[in-house]
Amino acid sequence: MLRDLQPMMTAMRVAGVDPKPLLANDTAHLVAYGQDVVSLHEIPGINLTAARVDGEIRVNLIVRKWVNVEQPVHLCLGLFEPTGEQKIRLAVWLEPNSRASFIAHCLFTRPRSASHQMQADFTIGTGAELRYTESHFHGDSGGMDVRPTATIHLGRDARMFSDFSLISGRVGVLDIDYDVDVGENAVAEFTSKVYGRGTDQIRIRERLVLSGTNARGLIKSRIAATDDAVAEIIGMTEGNAAGARGHVDCMEIVRDRARVSANPMVKVSHPQAKVTHEAAIGSVDHQQLETLMARGLSPDAAVDLIVSGILRNA
Amino acid sequence: MASLLQMTDITLTLNSSTVLHDLNFDVAEGEIHALLGTNGSGKSSLALMVMGCQNHTPETGHVYFENQDIKDWPIHRRARAGITLAWQEPTRFEGLSVQDFLHLDPGWRAPEACLAAVGMDPALYLQRMVDKSLSGGERKRIELASMLAMQPRLAMLDEPSAGVDVLSLAEVTEAIRALRQGGSSVLLITHQEDLAACADRASQLCGGRIVFSGSPADVAQHYRGRSCIRCNGDCADAA
Repeated sequence: MLRDLQPMMTAMRVAGVDPKPLLANDTAHLVAYGQDVVSLHEIPGINLTAARVDGEIRVNLIVRKWVNVEQPVHLCLGLFEPTGEQKIRLAVWLEPNSRASFIAHCLFTRPRSASHQMQADFTIGTGAELRYTESHFHGDSGGMDVRPTATIHLGRDARMFSDFSLISGRVGVLDIDYDVDVGENAVAEFTSKVYGRGTDQIRIRERLVLSGTNARGLIKSRIAATDDAVAEIIGMTEGNAAGARGHVDCMEIVRDRARVSANPMVKVSHPQAKVTHEAAIGSVDHQQLETLMARGLSPDAAVDLIVSGILRNA
Repeated sequence: MASLLQMTDITLTLNSSTVLHDLNFDVAEGEIHALLGTNGSGKSSLALMVMGCQNHTPETGHVYFENQDIKDWPIHRRARAGITLAWQEPTRFEGLSVQDFLHLDPGWRAPEACLAAVGMDPALYLQRMVDKSLSGGERKRIELASMLAMQPRLAMLDEPSAGVDVLSLAEVTEAIRALRQGGSSVLLITHQEDLAACADRASQLCGGRIVFSGSPADVAQHYRGRSCIRCNGDCADAA
């Protein structure tokens, strides 16, 4: 099995990720290359199955009620050939009052013309909490086409914190489409950080529906675009219940010939709900730039530091 | 002492208003030179012009640093030659830690010692972000600490004590002295006579002109004794 894991472990190291958790007995994981499941490891309290069905990998991941999963579950998805495709259908269910964190490593090291599609359904049960981190690495060719879609439901008192990042190397094409329904007293926070270069095309659409009383939601995006990259960010939040509170926070940095649009959309259908938004698009702040240059950094190094700070901090 | 920085016949216009008029000014090697003046007299503009900041290119005159005309140099080239500026209102950086901000170059001094020198506990501040979570006074002291870390040939400090609590003023003064002991010359822009007293020499800027130079005590007396507010430098004739 160790030999089968080697390409993924190598790719993780290249992406700056420690691969050792894949060898740990107390850590659940799934490793898939293209359409093949290479390794799967369950631990008590977690049911994890994966099988290739009708040209896609179907993954079911259940965290049993009241289980607190101490080590993050690693979902390692990769393509290491220049061409190919990967289709994943992921169903996640956190049973009531369970708690877990998942780390998805999506590593596509040298794609010339390759695609990754993810269709995910998350159900976060009453009182359960999920911290979901998805880190992408697509190499430097710009030949990757990634389309993650998700439907997410948070039950009463549930919490979900999602952090998507694609900040090193090229993006290629990225098209994120998430719909999130937030129940009573539940909390949903979705952060995305993407750095587009070359001719990268980025589209992120996230929709939070605060349907339960006192539901809370945050959509936060930090996007940097340079060269000829194009990005369209759509953050929608609807406040439909008493005490619902939502916020959309977009900050995008544009350089060279890149084009970025940010559309924070808010909608309220209950008089006691409140949803706010802020969006800022522009070039790098000139006093920040001058401060770093006054410490001896070149203009390019100063911009890189400012942008990486913004992306890291989100 | 030889001049480290020398400005000759500088005229600077911002937004159609002339803020520096035929200005001649110098900072000597190894000195702390205090620059006093009322609000709007041109002190910060002078520092931004020396640093080479956006929109602060003089229409006339020359800026010499170590006898080289640097008027056309970009900011980072001036910084690498040894000039730097601690801004009056330092900017904030998302996602940049104090430790990283104080160690932008591997050749700089250790951040811990520089923070301690401005009265800040490294254990409490090194992992903090240089962002809006810092108070104005904290951010000012970190700006001063970055001068100590960089050890420039010329440190221009724009109102280094503004927003700093009274109890910490002595530490600001000590940090300025430490800069000089470390080999830096200091252009100290301030309203505070107490702080200016640590300087070797002082000048008063009024209406974009240097109207008086001398010891800090003499300049402070001139500063207090003349009605310089918006006199456009006429007090030079009266002095």
